[in-house]
Formats: sequence, C-alpha cells, structure tokens
Amino acid sequence: MKLREIAHSRTGDKGNISNISVIAYDAKHYPLLLDQVTSARVKAHFAGVVEGEVVRYELPKISALNFVMDRALGGGVTHSLALDAHGKSLSSALLDLEIESVLSRL
Amino acid sequence: MRTIRIGSGAGYSGDRIEPAVELAEKGDIQYLVFECLGERTVALAQQARLRNPEGGYDPLLEERMRAVLPLCAAKGIKIVTNMGAANPLAAACKTAAIARAIGLSSLKVAAVVGDDVLDACKQSDLPIMEFDGTISQLGNRLISANAYLGAEPIVKALGGGADVVITGRASDPALFLAPIIDAFGWPMDDWSRLGQGTLAGHLLECAGQVTGGYFADPSYKDVPDLARLGFPIGEIGEDGSLIITKAEGSGGAVTAQTCKEQLLYEVHDPARYLQPDVIADFSAVRIEEIGRDRVRVSGGRGGARPETLKVSVGYVDGFIGEGQISYAGPGALARGRLALEIVRERLKLTGVAANELRFDLIGVDSLHGSHVSAYANEPYEVRLRVAGRTENLREAVRIGNEVETLYTNGPAGGGGAFKAVRDVVAVASVLLPRELAKPRVQFVESVR
Repeated sequence: MKLREIAHSRTGDKGNISNISVIAYDAKHYPLLLDQVTSARVKAHFAGVVEGEVVRYELPKISALNFVMDRALGGGVTHSLALDAHGKSLSSALLDLEIESVLSRL
Repeated sequence: MRTIRIGSGAGYSGDRIEPAVELAEKGDIQYLVFECLGERTVALAQQARLRNPEGGYDPLLEERMRAVLPLCAAKGIKIVTNMGAANPLAAACKTAAIARAIGLSSLKVAAVVGDDVLDACKQSDLPIMEFDGTISQLGNRLISANAYLGAEPIVKALGGGADVVITGRASDPALFLAPIIDAFGWPMDDWSRLGQGTLAGHLLECAGQVTGGYFADPSYKDVPDLARLGFPIGEIGEDGSLIITKAEGSGGAVTAQTCKEQLLYEVHDPARYLQPDVIADFSAVRIEEIGRDRVRVSGGRGGARPETLKVSVGYVDGFIGEGQISYAGPGALARGRLALEIVRERLKLTGVAANELRFDLIGVDSLHGSHVSAYANEPYEVRLRVAGRTENLREAVRIGNEVETLYTNGPAGGGGAFKAVRDVVAVASVLLPRELAKPRVQFVESVR
C-alpha cells in the first residue's frame, strides 16, 4: 500500500532546508512508520531534489516523524528557480512511498 | 483560573481580510494578532522605504485596520501585528490617522523599533548560515538586516497601555507570547511556561493552517466550507493550559490532525525550537480532541534562551528570466520535450549568459524532477517552463524571448506563451550577539 493510506503529511521551509512531517492517522501504524519510513528511504525517494543530509526526528506521543532535509530547495526559497520554490508540494510526493503492511523485522 | 482568548487574524501578508472581522465580532477574544511578514518581505519593504521615507510598511495595513479597528476599539480588543515591516513608526502614525478618520479619538498605538540592525551588521564580519561567506562579502548588494525580536518590547508596549502594537521583524510566536505574558505576568525566565506559550504562538501564527487550510485531501482529509475558513483562537490559561478552537459557525475544522500538522510545520529538531525568548521543546507535546473544533495541546516545555538573535539579511541576487508555452493532445509530451531541447540549444547558440538554468515540463516533472515522477502516465497537456538566473536584466529578457520564438520556430501547436523578468532580492541569515539589537517602544496617539 501507499504511505498515503496510513499517514498524512505537511511540508515546511526555512532557507534551503525543507521539513516534512509524516503523521499516522492511527497510533497502531506508528511502528510501521518507524520501521519503513527511514531517512535513507526518504533521501532515495527525493534523489535529484534533496542534495544534503536527511535527518529523522521521532515524536511517539503524537505518532509522528519529522524529516529535515538539507539543501532541498534549490539554494533557498528566495533564490530558487523552481516553480514551487517553497517545496510545498513535497509532502504529497512522499505519501506515494510504498509501505509493506507488516513490520520488516518480524 | 484566569484564561484569555487570542485570535489569529492573518497568516501571511496577503491573507484573507474578513476572517479577522469574524473573530473580532464573535470570537470573544481579548487580543487579535496579525502575522504578515515573510522572510523576504522586510527586504522588499526596506527598498520601498528607500524610495519613500513614509512607506515601507505592509501594503494591506490600511485595509486590515479599517476592517477591524472599529470593532476592536468598541470591545477593547488589543491588536498586535508585524505589519510595520521596514517602518513600524510610519505604520503606527498611519494607524493613528485611520483611527482619527473613523472617529476613534483616544486610541493608543505603539511602534516597536530597533529590529533594524543593518549598521551593527555592516561593522561585523558575521558568517552566513546558508552558504560559505560573510556579510561583508555581500558588499553593496546588502539591502537590509533585521533581527528577530522577542516578546519583551511588545509586552512593554501593552503594559504601557497600547491598544495597537506594531512591530517590524519579530519572531512570529512572540507576537502571541507577548499578550500571554501581558495578561499573566509570567517571568521572562520561566522557560517551561515560555515554551508552552511559544507552542501556542507557533500553532496560531499561520492562521488558517491550523483550522483546516493547507490540509484538505478529498476522501482522505475532507474539510467543510474552505471558502469561509474560520481563523483560530487560542484559549490560554494562567497555568499555560491551551485549547485551539475557532469561531462558532465558521468554515474549516480544528482537529487533532490539523494541530499535529501545524505543530511540525517549519520545525526542525522538535526538542530545540529556537526563539529569541526561549528554546522551546515540543518533543513531549500531547494533542487531544475534547469537543467539536476544540483541541487541547499540552506538554510544551523550554530551556534558557539563546545568546544570539537570528537576523534576516536581504541582498540583491541578480535577475530571473522565465518563459512558458503549452502543448496538448496526442504527442504533447514529445513536442514539449522537443521544444525544451530547442530552447536549450538556442540559449547556447546565442550565448545567453546565465549562472543557472532550469528546464521543466509542468504537468510532468516541474515540481519533483524526473526521478520522482518517472512512472507517471502521459498527460493530455504539458507546459514548458524555462527559467534562468542572470547578472543583468538584458540577459534575463533573452530567456523568455527564446521561449516565445517557439511560436513560429518550434514544434506544432505551441500556445499560450508567457514571459517574465524579475529582479531577485534573496534572504540569508546570520546570528547576532543579542546585546547589539536595542529594541525600543514609541507611542503615537490618535488624540487630535
């Protein structure tokens, strides 16, 4: 299934850094997010868009992850040549990620 | 326990006008905050002020003030806003003049000045955070430097009896934290409560983004009546308890989901949300729905404030030239790709001097590049877009011109060509030792 089936997401921007939240609709799916939506997968998903490091922060109390992606906005919102200079639409791209419905470690 | 209600009347400079009127009318609020100053806006405003010393504040100031001042004055609702942009004092004088014009004779308006730290920055060699370089290396391209001020001067203005407080660059959450401190007298080193107050400000600062705006995704996340989206109200208790809600009968929705999305919006490390007044910690925040359009948010904490203030530095960054043209029907994608190749070759052949070029097909790969969108089906229509950064206006113009010549020189059926050129004011950040910024409050009264 697609990540979109179990999580919602929002993108924010500061300078040349984009952050994307991934929030489980249901707390029971948070372990799936932890297991499969890794920094490495997010970085690979955004190959060609994100040039820098991707760091993941975990928020178990609200069943959410926060990805902070460095050098992701074409030099920064005020500098970028991109149509979507803020990267507002990146969250929708991330929800297209394929998710297995069982934990890979089980 | 005492509680106050703060309304959020705008989330950006061009935001809708009437939701703030709705808040003043039936939101039962004591404070109304307008956050209208983007990262780049203050640099553009500084340029406007250089052209006109009486200008440089938010272009919608008059419209917003005329819309809410009569109600706010009648009900004693205090207004806090960063619409002062590059000229808070002129904005305060303008607001007092509007008050006089509509018959409000004793309105007290305060301007918070001192965020402009251009002189302090010019004399320093502070490193730029976004790229390798220092302020001095920007030379005469430097336009503006504005420090993100905290809540203190706004609290001082409110304490001095201001009905309206107008700032320039201030931290967005501080616009909300200040009224809370004004109401409850929280000490400026009660880091935990300042962290929870910052949490309130952070959730409210983008207005409609916490009441269902920037959220809807049909059949996954449906939101009622977005055309009449209600703006949020924060209900804050003296102990720091916080409920996010909105005016009865307005469009949109306040749910745990909308609050979670806004909680992480533009946040990096949730345990270290750097603010002028506190390093807020959102990592243990809890969010629970306690009623229709009522969400309790608890667990915001904080640590000692940073020793530096973030400063937004505006600088001239050359020009961007752009051209677009559309193709449709069978083979649209192939004709769009051919057109892109033609423009790419033409820009080389004719020697257009660009530092950076970008070639997109809107509808195919313009947002996330060819890797992310590689699987997509062939679209019915595509729109070519070529953009480039140049040192001067003349070269920027040539980029759009080359796209336009596709009409008669390019693939079949190209339509709707468009071209544009703009000069670029970019923004970078530096950290300034906080004692170098000296905020002050100046009062203006509408008394004749």
